[in-house]
Amino acid sequence: MRFSGRFYFGATLVILVLLVGFIGPFIVGVDPNASIGGLYDKPGTGPGMQWWLGTDNEGQSVMSNLVYGTRTSLLVGLIAGIIASSIGLVIGLIAGYAGGMLEEILMGLTNIVLAIPSIVIVILLSVSLPRRDIFTLALVIGITAWPWTARAVRAQATSVRTREHIEVAKMSGAKFWSILAWDVLPYLLSYVVMAFVLQVASAILTESSLSMLGLGPSNIVSIGMMLNWALAWGSIRVGAWWAFIPPTVMLTLIAFSLYLVQSSLDEVFNPRLRRGKKRKLVPAASGGAATAEIDEPEGEPGASVGPAALMSATVAEGKDSGGTTQ
Amino acid sequence: MAALLKANNIQKTFGHGKNAVHAVKGATFELEEGTITAVVGESGSGKSTLARLVLGLLPSTGGTLEFDGRDVTKLSFMESQRYWRDVQAVFQDPFSAFNQFFTVQRLLGRSMKLIEDKKEATERMHEALGHVGFEASDVLKKHPHELSGGQRQRIMIARALMMRPKLLLADEATSMLDASLRVNVLNVLRDLRDNLGTTVMIITHDIGQACYVAEQMLVMEKGDMVEQGSSKEVVFNPQHTYTKQLLADVPKLHGELGEMVH
Repeated sequence: MRFSGRFYFGATLVILVLLVGFIGPFIVGVDPNASIGGLYDKPGTGPGMQWWLGTDNEGQSVMSNLVYGTRTSLLVGLIAGIIASSIGLVIGLIAGYAGGMLEEILMGLTNIVLAIPSIVIVILLSVSLPRRDIFTLALVIGITAWPWTARAVRAQATSVRTREHIEVAKMSGAKFWSILAWDVLPYLLSYVVMAFVLQVASAILTESSLSMLGLGPSNIVSIGMMLNWALAWGSIRVGAWWAFIPPTVMLTLIAFSLYLVQSSLDEVFNPRLRRGKKRKLVPAASGGAATAEIDEPEGEPGASVGPAALMSATVAEGKDSGGTTQ
Repeated sequence: MAALLKANNIQKTFGHGKNAVHAVKGATFELEEGTITAVVGESGSGKSTLARLVLGLLPSTGGTLEFDGRDVTKLSFMESQRYWRDVQAVFQDPFSAFNQFFTVQRLLGRSMKLIEDKKEATERMHEALGHVGFEASDVLKKHPHELSGGQRQRIMIARALMMRPKLLLADEATSMLDASLRVNVLNVLRDLRDNLGTTVMIITHDIGQACYVAEQMLVMEKGDMVEQGSSKEVVFNPQHTYTKQLLADVPKLHGELGEMVH
């Protein structure tokens, strides 16, 4: 497997974000709930790391809030991503492999869940829950985000179902779950990994939107909560840029780096999407001026029928609700 | 000799109404114990569907199937486990028939679970690999990508043989192999019949190949079984125009070399 420069760039950013979220709180070393100064003190008013980004509306260190908030967002994203991917994976695998009536029922259910705007469910669920810690929030996001994974996985599983090795496994006496786990799942694992990365990224964005609406976790700081405070306490009006620019940049960085990793993984798994140095220029038959680009074939192109392209199409469809279907 | 498998007007239709595809439109035949039967026909004639019906991998939409005196038209999970101890298959494509993540040992190990006695299962595995000319220690640790197409196909045959099946079904098992290996595999099937008394059913589009190994021949055209009889009858005295066409399409060697052969 050869990784592109894009992948290394994206992976570096992801690692950077992870370091900020999981090591940062120990380095900054200041309680995000402790007041260290007054309302919107400028960066550098006091000494030390906690003053790098000034204070917020409650006189708390923005730097400290940022690193703790990043940690919260990453945790919510990971937990929600795992929940959504697991549900989607199980439903997609069963539907795609079993086929027939079971597939109709499961996909019908998936489409119903898909048709309901998930943000509405998320808002209703978070309002009705007695307490909102990061786990309930992640659960709420996870159980509304799985349908896209289910659909993508089902499409892949359907193409694996027709392979002869499934029939060989059946005739060897393998049971339904054994075939699902050992003969179907390994063939789609790369897509599951990509779908998981996408789920994490979109869960982080969902968490931030909820928090900005004031529906975030009640006992802990998150990036969305920081933005909520910044908006509510007029940081934009008074020009306290350090209160809203850092969380915005951090949020963008998280989502951007995850999407970058996902799309560069897509290139690794699907050679047809590969760009750049591997292309040869061959003069076309029609004339000297026209050139055709030819990709060097690699891997087993026949083994999986361009599922990565299909997956990104499905996901794109999810993002801008309707549109491209390849 | 008694018939091992009896198919009575077996049918398979895919889809409903206008879109219905009649893949097998009622096939009636018997497989004699210890003989080789070939099913011939061009692509899309329903041979592979027939094979999957016989194997119990597809539910039939009509007719009955009887194996060794018991009705096997519809099988529950437990019944099909038992059925597959007696009936095994080798498929066309030695590449897609392998789970690329499994070693040979893992692949064969799965089949071993159908055999109750563990010690006997291991013995049978070594024996089956011996039948197809492998030394167990050479291949067990290998992944499919480390084996050639012919080697893979022989492993698949070994897998089927481990069960000591009464009926072995070879669905185009030789069509993706080169000419020398093809004869090799056909001879393995022949030896099985001669030495172990296995009943063999071969699915092929190559009537010449069918003639080489089979005693009985079934000819299929577009889902219909148009002709059946002993290989000699079918090849030298074909009744149906489709059979005549199939025979005429067999490529012949021309010139001096052709005269030497024919």
